[in-house]
Amino acid sequence: MRTPDGVSESDFRKALEEFANIVGSQWVFTSPEAVDLYRDVYSIYRNEPEEPVIPAAIAPYTAEEVQAVVKVANRYRIPLYPISTGKNLGYGGPSPVYSGSLVLDLKRMDRILNVDVQSATVLVEPGVSFYQLYEYFEENNIPLTMDIPDPAWGSLVGHALDRGLAHTYSQYGRDRWSSRCGMEVVLPTGELIRTGTGAAENTAIWQDHQYGMGPQIDGIFAQSNYGVVTKMGFWLRPAHEGFRRGRVHFANFDDIHKMLELDTRLQNMEVYNGMANLGTPLYGSMMPGMHEKPVTDPEHLRLLEIKDSKRPDPGPLARYGKENRIPFWVLDLKYHGPNSITKAQWEYTRDLFSREVPGCWFTEYEPLTFPLDKATMDTLNEPGRVEKVHLGIPTLARFASVMRSELNPNPDVGHLWFAPMVPKNGTEVLKAQEVLQRETDRLGVKLPFPYYAQMPLFWYPRVGIFLAGWQVSPDPKVNQRTREQYIELTQICADLGWTEYRAPAPLHKDIIGMANGFNDSAMMKFRNTLKDAIDPNGIISAGRYDVWPKHLREERES
Amino acid sequence: MKRLILLSILAASMGVAEADDEKQHARGKAVYGKWCLICHGEDNGSSGGGTRALKVLYKGVVPAKLEDRTDMTPEFIKTVVRQGQAGMPNFRYTEISPEDLEAVIAYLRRNNK
Ligand SMILES: Cc1cc2nc3c(=O)[nH]c(=O)nc-3n(C[C@H](O)[C@H](O)[C@H](O)COP(=O)(O)OP(=O)(O)OC[C@H]3O[C@@H](n4cnc5c(N)ncnc54)[C@H](O)[C@@H]3O)c2cc1C
Ligand code: HEC
Repeated sequence: MRTPDGVSESDFRKALEEFANIVGSQWVFTSPEAVDLYRDVYSIYRNEPEEPVIPAAIAPYTAEEVQAVVKVANRYRIPLYPISTGKNLGYGGPSPVYSGSLVLDLKRMDRILNVDVQSATVLVEPGVSFYQLYEYFEENNIPLTMDIPDPAWGSLVGHALDRGLAHTYSQYGRDRWSSRCGMEVVLPTGELIRTGTGAAENTAIWQDHQYGMGPQIDGIFAQSNYGVVTKMGFWLRPAHEGFRRGRVHFANFDDIHKMLELDTRLQNMEVYNGMANLGTPLYGSMMPGMHEKPVTDPEHLRLLEIKDSKRPDPGPLARYGKENRIPFWVLDLKYHGPNSITKAQWEYTRDLFSREVPGCWFTEYEPLTFPLDKATMDTLNEPGRVEKVHLGIPTLARFASVMRSELNPNPDVGHLWFAPMVPKNGTEVLKAQEVLQRETDRLGVKLPFPYYAQMPLFWYPRVGIFLAGWQVSPDPKVNQRTREQYIELTQICADLGWTEYRAPAPLHKDIIGMANGFNDSAMMKFRNTLKDAIDPNGIISAGRYDVWPKHLREERES
Repeated sequence: MKRLILLSILAASMGVAEADDEKQHARGKAVYGKWCLICHGEDNGSSGGGTRALKVLYKGVVPAKLEDRTDMTPEFIKTVVRQGQAGMPNFRYTEISPEDLEAVIAYLRRNNK
């Protein structure tokens, strides 16, 4: 029998019995067949001794059951690792960070507890997926919409707690965490607290107002290990009325500077509120909905040859682009709102860019009116059309870009996200491309596209994220090298001030410190102080985001 | 007379078996519709890419859509669903219970010879 470190087999058996009494024996999984399903299929440690061992999994149904389980775990000092829907693929999947932890699988807790149409808020349990909430709104004619990340089978709660990102409104929702409003948390001692105004004995505004009275502590529960979240409120948006998309094309290499300056200004003025996607067709970027085909013209390919990791000369490329009407840069803009308003917003955008960047040109699309008819719905996600995720419609379509296809005939087993953030200005974006290209070449990282063909993603209004999925191999030797490369590149980026927005759990121990070094890592120490105070037996999600309980810190240091 | 009774019992129990099969297939189809079709349905821009991957993998030797296949064994389906394959993630018991998986297997094998 696999047991957690430091827990005797007889104690472990007793604990399992107590867990079974709480949740029902069918919801305590101990057979290797059931427990192995909590291994991360995309794991960068797959089949290596360091891959976490999971002795059991427990699937409670209510917050009271979670409390009772946590209390028992405290008594026996059994480490737990809570997950919501457990689909954190590329960031660790359902697997714990610390080997020997029991997974606390909250997928069964999938109640939509409250929907307030007027204030556009919901209160949900951890197991509620985006698909589920979307269908609930459709079936019940609830005129609300939400931001959806690429994998719509994930949960609002898990997504928020890892500070995941989605695709629609800038104001909130695209950054899920910023749209949370009120949490219920089982602390590592088993005590239950509510945050925001939920801390009051009586609150009439738990999902309406983010702050209560006194220190606000919500933040410590994201990217951390200070509790088990059992309920969470979110702000949503009224159902879509209209949607408009327009593109601005830029002919010259140097236009990138003005393009990003104006884009940031317009976003911060909320002239557009949708996700702005950036492409570089001349450098061969492929993006859904625009320039979807790889470059095939031999002359163009010749101009794209990379020598000594250097940027292909923009001069001849720009000439080629002008002859063939291929832009250097494209800004794909999205506007959510009534069509009469977005019409004026688009016109303002056009006027501004025309005035400030001579030679840029525009493509306009027919605006969409909601509810969409079936014919329109069927064309979404097809070449040249807007993607469903940009309209808050759930799919798993992004998976197709990493699965086997004509362009990718030999896929590996999964991937690991690498995602440094850079300031949103032309100089830094160009520099980042050059550094990332040079360093991935030097380290021998295999990526499907050169960094010159990749543009950062602007989920947040003021920074760009260079997101790349690094291949995970069935061969441990390859994965070992990949880990070394990942760690080294993270350090290089950190030295330049480009920290990641989120990181794969198996590498937290190696890289979180790189983003928290200020003043002799004072922040890391503060987090440990909190950990020891809140979780004295160190039972919740040890090691997540490199916060370790005392006994394991001592073990790791010795 | 005895034979007749025996025959009718047989017929009745066959009817029950068929009804059971239908129920099992309906359950399997529903689970498949929730968890699998998003990737293994039509090969279009909204799909998660299962059908396209199998088109490229088998180049038409077997149908790209799993629902049209007649060659898969229960063990094979079970292994893929529980362990994943080339980017297809696996599914836990809290997502697809062992009984639900049996139903999916029965549904996918309904046309097997
Ligand atoms: C092809 C592809 C595309 C992707 N696109 C996106 C994207 O657009 N945006 C994006 O953000 N991500 C994306 N991802 C990453 C990831 O798959 C999603 O973010 C996913 O939704 C997260 O999984 P989940 O919601 O099931 O979270 P979970 O796996 O349930 O949770 C994530 C982590 O949060 C913690 N946690 C969860 N619930 C609790 C709780 N109740 N209490 C305490 N701690 C908890 C745990 O440590 C857990 O490991 C993508 C992945 C792939 C493979
Ligand atoms: C996220 C998308 C996705 C989902 C969801 C998904 N699959 Fe798959 N599946 C794939 C991909 C991609 C492949 C092909 C992998 C490859 O290229 O080898 C595949 C392959 C398979 C195969 C192997 C076929 C063969 O002959 O190689 C089976 C069986 C299968 N899936 C069953 C299922 C079942 C049953 C479900 C639902 C419980 C499911 N899949 C859900 C993407 C998915």
